[in-house]
Amino acid sequence: MSGHSTFEPKNPVLKWFESRLPIIGLMHGSFVAYPTPRNLNYWWTFGGILSMMLGVQIITGIVLAMHYTPHVDLAFNSVEHIMRDVNWGWMIRYMHANGASMFFIAVYIHIFRGVYYGSYKEPREVLWILGVVIFLLMMATAFMGYVLPWGQMSLWGAIVITNLFSAIPFVGEAITTWLWGGFAVDNPTLNRFFSLHYLLPFMIAGVVVLHVWALHVVGQNNPTGVEVKSSSDTVPFTPHATAKDSFAMVCFLIFFAWFLFYTPNYLGHADNYIPANPLQTPAHIVPEWYFLPFYAILRAIPSKLGGVLAMFGAIVVLFFLPWLDTAKTRSAKYRPLYRQFFWVLVAVCLGLGYIGAMPPEGWYVIIGRILTAYYFIHFLVILPLLGFIEKPLPLPASITEAVLKGQAGGSLAPAGAPNIPGRGA
Amino acid sequence: MSRTLSVAIKAAAIAFASLAASPGFAAEGASTPHKQDWTFSGPFGHFDQAQLQRGFKVYREVCAACHGMRLVSFRNLMEEGGPGFSEGQIRLLAAEYQIQDGPGEDGQMFERPGRPSDRWPSPFPNEQAARASNGGAYPPDFSVLAKARTYTRGFWLSLLDLVTQYQEHGVDYIHALLTGYDQPVPEGQQGQPGLHYNPYFPGGWIAMAKPINDGQVEYTDGTPATVDQYARDVSAFMMWAAEPHLETRKQTGFIVIIFLAVFAGLLYFTKKKVWSSVAH
Repeated sequence: MSGHSTFEPKNPVLKWFESRLPIIGLMHGSFVAYPTPRNLNYWWTFGGILSMMLGVQIITGIVLAMHYTPHVDLAFNSVEHIMRDVNWGWMIRYMHANGASMFFIAVYIHIFRGVYYGSYKEPREVLWILGVVIFLLMMATAFMGYVLPWGQMSLWGAIVITNLFSAIPFVGEAITTWLWGGFAVDNPTLNRFFSLHYLLPFMIAGVVVLHVWALHVVGQNNPTGVEVKSSSDTVPFTPHATAKDSFAMVCFLIFFAWFLFYTPNYLGHADNYIPANPLQTPAHIVPEWYFLPFYAILRAIPSKLGGVLAMFGAIVVLFFLPWLDTAKTRSAKYRPLYRQFFWVLVAVCLGLGYIGAMPPEGWYVIIGRILTAYYFIHFLVILPLLGFIEKPLPLPASITEAVLKGQAGGSLAPAGAPNIPGRGA
Repeated sequence: MSRTLSVAIKAAAIAFASLAASPGFAAEGASTPHKQDWTFSGPFGHFDQAQLQRGFKVYREVCAACHGMRLVSFRNLMEEGGPGFSEGQIRLLAAEYQIQDGPGEDGQMFERPGRPSDRWPSPFPNEQAARASNGGAYPPDFSVLAKARTYTRGFWLSLLDLVTQYQEHGVDYIHALLTGYDQPVPEGQQGQPGLHYNPYFPGGWIAMAKPINDGQVEYTDGTPATVDQYARDVSAFMMWAAEPHLETRKQTGFIVIIFLAVFAGLLYFTKKKVWSSVAH
């Protein structure tokens, strides 16, 4: 997509085809000849891992849909039918359920990698925004997917989340009724959630194509944040990135397999093995772990509408990140102050996740409010100011220089740790 | 300078997390079940066939009077990785039950002897009937109950559970509940009529009376006929009912992880070779 392909088929049939639809050349240019910075560390392998996980989710999901019944009286039993009677059904279902969590683990790492190395900055704003769109679609897909087994947490999670829309002034009630397809979360809700849960992953796949396209137009960022300047700064995608990504993917699969085969229910809720019962509220309604930070923000605001706005605001603010960060230097490697605030932000997000899992009482409420406030202060106050206050470290002239300097310092280890060059300098 | 600061902030973050984790997690007024030894725990876990057969006997003779197991079929009891009854035994067993079928050619529902393909017959025709016979309480179905029950372990122990693969919260809870009767009611607590004190039940008062006593079910293999042993056996049986493919899952997992580890190793050296000519 960036015109680096020199692909010329030798085979006459391929030659004939290529002159009519140059798709092989497109693939060749995007995934073989594509120049990739030579200094990418393992944090850059999560894009590939995410593509793999999307594939895993779509394939397992299609198979599950062949055996699943989206009806309030049959959904729970049909999932159990998959677990018990369908050949390898237990594996497909656990793969899909845990795969969702793996998808989010990978996406959070991918996002924080972008935040650390300033990958959202000019000229990668559109690339970043497309990423946030994918993240939003993922959240919608995951939420609706969790409703499908129609256990207690499915139903009550759906009730809590869809009720958020009733906070919208004047039209809230009408919107909620429209979403439900009735006056409560019931069979029409389950049916449409199934339909949308099947649709959204393909929308994700579509936006992923745009995301990769945008990436290949502007080129990858890299740990130094210094743009590629000459061909010595890059290596061809294949075999270099392909080999490294494959290794990382298989390592990630080992991590995945641990959950899938040994602790398949670890990330779920026991309550979701109780069939949904609209007359019995579970003691604690808790969303899936990947929503917990946002759930904490929702509950931190003592007004329903305020909470909903804050929760959506927590994601909306990400769309503006390229402009909220006023610093010219991309990588946190050369931003001594930003680096500190980055880790504080990570800690705050983990803290919010913890608060989200706790009942909203006592100190949890106060800590939740402090962390929520800090989350927004980070993006709305600290980041804009930091660009003016901070004095960045001197940047290397090029990627090649940074790499060779690092090598002279004796640091040949894979650049897994974010601040390795600091050691040599 | 900035590096030490960064370490300090990371340390502070961890300290904060542990601080936040230390309070809370008072287990909603319920006692914490004790961890038991289960043959099916851990990466090489497998069911003890004799135990599943004993547990099934306890279920059938005691629990099944009130608790259904609607997702389990007779045939499951002879499938691999389960109690391992023979097909002949299962045919005889199923035939002991009358199953409603139909409508027949005359348009009427009729009863016939059970077949291996039939689901386990529920003791009550519907929830209302179950409640009416049990003082308003609904005896939960056993099919997935071992996965539907748990107890809180706190933040750090939960993290540890991931590493140690401790996944037996449900059966530990059930075992604790079944052996948790006959304990003195704490002072200041007053039971309601029809409820029974059991410290492991959330809230402490459960509608189910003590379901089983020493010697109630006859064991022919010399296993002690105690409440503790019954509880252990029926819990194991419930784990199997909830996760009939547990053995296959763990065995498959072992092979998959070995395969992936070898594959990862090969890929690592491939990657190393590819990158050997490029400083990075």
